[in-house]
Amino acid sequence: MSKIITSENVSVYYGKQRAINNINLDFNVHNITALIGPSGSGKSTYLRCLNRMNDLINNVTVSGSIKLNGKDIFSPQMDIVNLRKTVGMVFQQPIPFPFSIYENVAYGLRLNGIKEKKILDVRIEKALRQSALWEEVKDSLHDNGFSLSGGQQQRLCIARVLAVEPEVVLLDEPTSALDPISSAQIEDTLVSLKNEFTFIIVTHNMQQASRISDWTAFFLDGKLEEYSATKKLFLNPDKEKTSDYLNGKFG
Amino acid sequence: MNNIKKELNMASKETRQDSIGRFISYFCITIIGVLVISIIYFITSRGLTMFFANHVKLSDFLLKTTWNPGTLDSHGKPEVGALPMIVTSFSVTILSAILATPFAIAVALFMTEYADKRGAKLLQSVIELLVGIPSVIYGYIGLSVVVPMIRHIYGGTGFGILAGTIVLFVMILPTITSLTVDSLRAVPQHYRQVSLSLGATKWQTIYKLILRVGTPGILTAIIFGMARAFGEALAVQMVIGNAAIMPKNLVSVASTLTSQLTTGIGNTVLGTFANNALWSLALVLLIMSLLFNTLVRIVGNKGAVKNERKNKQ
Repeated sequence: MSKIITSENVSVYYGKQRAINNINLDFNVHNITALIGPSGSGKSTYLRCLNRMNDLINNVTVSGSIKLNGKDIFSPQMDIVNLRKTVGMVFQQPIPFPFSIYENVAYGLRLNGIKEKKILDVRIEKALRQSALWEEVKDSLHDNGFSLSGGQQQRLCIARVLAVEPEVVLLDEPTSALDPISSAQIEDTLVSLKNEFTFIIVTHNMQQASRISDWTAFFLDGKLEEYSATKKLFLNPDKEKTSDYLNGKFG
Repeated sequence: MNNIKKELNMASKETRQDSIGRFISYFCITIIGVLVISIIYFITSRGLTMFFANHVKLSDFLLKTTWNPGTLDSHGKPEVGALPMIVTSFSVTILSAILATPFAIAVALFMTEYADKRGAKLLQSVIELLVGIPSVIYGYIGLSVVVPMIRHIYGGTGFGILAGTIVLFVMILPTITSLTVDSLRAVPQHYRQVSLSLGATKWQTIYKLILRVGTPGILTAIIFGMARAFGEALAVQMVIGNAAIMPKNLVSVASTLTSQLTTGIGNTVLGTFANNALWSLALVLLIMSLLFNTLVRIVGNKGAVKNERKNKQ
């Protein structure tokens, strides 16, 4: 199976404090990979390296190498805008812009200079269908994004990312602010889309990781403790700490 | 036993403190309310005297262009056409707002999006300083720097709408800037992150998202600036030329409502016709400032509706 992202010896420092330590982790294309671990284990920090969102925080240094399709994302030749178009991100809280549903999804497209209404209409419908929101909003595309429920808002945010047609989508605990039904809808959406995209999802919810992911990485104290196929990791983990965490002995 | 009964029937200390506090605040509110109402009543009644007691037509007042309340025209009617002052007031207000807004937005964007904390704080204190400078200083600088400069470039006296606009531009710039900064700071930090994560450049984030979300606040800031420009008397009076005639161009002498008032009010006797005419100018000013206030309310409410929706989730 081909790798879309490979990372070697990735460490992140907040000031002088090391948040994550020498992570080596590769991601298979068109798979869902879950990053699990207790709070403060560095999984979100690691995720934010993959599209260089850590650049936005002062005082953060990242060392090591991360390659996207074989190209080093930290090299000076890497266009950070293109990187973020290729590696999209969904955040923990649903954050629609205070625009209409249509304009929310159109935002990324307009950034790319797409102005023609026909193309916009097609791409927006496609993205909303992909995020399974189309049927619910097709008659109210010009309502404000905030008029939607929390789960719908998060699917709107997913549609906004998908409209840009990224190859990889990073999800930082996308369902932790949502109710179980909305969460299940988003899980279904991700599973149904994995032939088109590669998903990397940080989650606190171990059941969610075991339900939807193909691979699972277990982070502990800023280190990658164990990484293997989800079934193997959940049924027969190599390390005792993994087994303890999965059984709820800590974390 | 009796003591306890008495204590239970009496209001407690805390309750009494509460009612005293309530009394003090209602008392102050009442005084302020009475003040506002009496000011409005006073100016309105004085301002309307000219129309009722002296039988000047409203249309003559608003549309005629000769202002000379002391004398009568060939038909024996007093000459109280306020149009030149109204036009000049609006001209300096609108021109200075147009001039100041881009600068204010640029400075505000620099403070909220580009500058580090120390730079932003420094600029903030500079702006506060600019707000605190008395208007007579602005007027004096206008008189001794701006007016001669305009005289040098365009000829004439140098007094006029252009000089007034430039002085007002400097005076309302800090007002518009600091209110714009507030509205841009109110745009949630998350929005910027989301926008960048979608592959937007910083500049795209600013003009496609931040300015768009901040628009109601920026409009409020501009209207506040305009209200200040419209009501400014002293600094404008020093550079406008104070001739109550229709301005021919931006560098010919003119007079605003406020400058006409400050120039004239000391030279007339209360109760005379010339004095009544000035009160009518004051009434126009009052109505305009009420209008500006209403506009601020309307624009602010539109922004608030958006925020309410945001909080609903």
